[in-house]
Amino acid sequence: MSNRVVVTLKVLVHIACLAPVAWLLVHLFQNNLGPDPTQTVTFFTGHGTLRLLIITLAISPVRKLISKLGWIIRFRRMLGLYAFFYGCLHLMTYLWLYAGFSWAAIIDDISLRRFIVAGMIAWLLMLPLALTSTAWSIRKLGGRNWKRLHWLIYLAATAGVVHYWWGVKQGVRTPMVITIALAIVLAARPVLTWIRKLPAKQRRSVTESS
Amino acid sequence: MLIRKSDPNAIPSSEITPRSAYMNRRAFMAAGAAGAAALAAGGLTEFLHPAEVHATTKLASVPSPLSTTGLKLTSFDDITHYNNFYEFGPNKGDPAANAGSLRTRPWKVEVEGEVKKKKTFDIDSLMKLHPLESRVYRFRCVEAWSMVIPWIGYSLSEFIKQCDPLPSAKFVQFLSLDDPSQMPGIRSVNLDWPYSEGLRMDEAMHPLTLLTFGLYDQTLPNQDGAPVRVVVPWKYGFKSAKSIVKVKFVKKMPHTTWNDMASNEYGFYSNVNPHVDHPRWSQKTERVIGAPIWKQRQPTLMFNGYADQVAGLYKGMDLKKNY
Repeated sequence: MSNRVVVTLKVLVHIACLAPVAWLLVHLFQNNLGPDPTQTVTFFTGHGTLRLLIITLAISPVRKLISKLGWIIRFRRMLGLYAFFYGCLHLMTYLWLYAGFSWAAIIDDISLRRFIVAGMIAWLLMLPLALTSTAWSIRKLGGRNWKRLHWLIYLAATAGVVHYWWGVKQGVRTPMVITIALAIVLAARPVLTWIRKLPAKQRRSVTESS
Repeated sequence: MLIRKSDPNAIPSSEITPRSAYMNRRAFMAAGAAGAAALAAGGLTEFLHPAEVHATTKLASVPSPLSTTGLKLTSFDDITHYNNFYEFGPNKGDPAANAGSLRTRPWKVEVEGEVKKKKTFDIDSLMKLHPLESRVYRFRCVEAWSMVIPWIGYSLSEFIKQCDPLPSAKFVQFLSLDDPSQMPGIRSVNLDWPYSEGLRMDEAMHPLTLLTFGLYDQTLPNQDGAPVRVVVPWKYGFKSAKSIVKVKFVKKMPHTTWNDMASNEYGFYSNVNPHVDHPRWSQKTERVIGAPIWKQRQPTLMFNGYADQVAGLYKGMDLKKNY
């Protein structure tokens, strides 16, 4: 993949990640976000975070599966940072529109509501990943440590999905699609590793039959 | 044989929306919604571009002194497109999209249990049992959002008097229609159907408890519980059963749907109470539907602002235990 194509694609990814936020802000100021704008913003930013986390997690299994797509690794950091950006918007939505920036309300929520705790944990797990997303951090930490640290993304995404399930009413199954998507990207890594460990002959038969 | 004089509440045929008019409106809205869906970001169209409002007819009523005054009414559009009515699906836009399949005529309401005699009321005679009043009430959902709705109906007590309950009747149970052929959510949502709700007898007899047939100036849209529902303004919205087909007078506290599902979250009483939180969120404040985002949050009032009228019903009760 030529550099020029990657740069063009990067611009497109930036647009794809920022345009929804611009759209949201325009509609927010026009008071045109439906009957319950607070909830619209909550779900918009929450879904955005989880979707971007899952896309970020999907990059390395897709590369392993389709060797031609090796170049997509160059988008992983960007997508991960956008997931964190949406997560920050989601957290801000909570702090402003639910807690009203009141410490008492926040402490009340943390002590009483496990879905708030799960959401906070998910955000806190993303924070060190965003902070160490620079090339300098990789050099400083050493590749192996950096990689270990960044495994936290699996925990962050899982905490995010748990947060979603705990937040909705019992009987509501809207988090199902995103949960299945996460389960697939989480399972992809061990499954691919297992296939790679098989002797060449068996491996061929596994990949051919699939 | 009872001869009825011409009824002031009867609907003159001139006021009934012609079918062609509302069908045109449907087509227009469907086209608009489809266009918007193509343009807007996925998932949000449901909030932003309302689906159809199911056909209603004009309904005359007189203003009631029991109306709550000084509040800004929630728009008809929001009242009909932001609904919890799980028989039509779990999302707020589902009832507007799916309730078109509900047939509200013919409709009968059966009365049984601790009554002198079982009775069946036809919906049209039920609507004429007592003069219809328009009553503006606050509406507070357990999910911490609220509306202000101009309902049309009469006090449920007027209906209960016609049912001749026995002194042994301590509670009233309301059962909603349970017909998967008209209500797609019954198959897809995992609740114990039919939807069952109930009130203590004195709550049911309270003048504020409204047997409801309409809102604004028309019959109830299907997604709001047509053709007949109850409205108990000092309780969370799920206590106000919709599309009622059976009223049972019973000796013991009846089982209720959300209480069966999660008794720690939805009590039998479920009075609006800012001092008793839902396990998953605070009930101290609420989001006003239709308000701009920066003004959406307002404090929740004890008994939803009806404490002067209803607090006496719960004298001596621990409302933290009897949530």
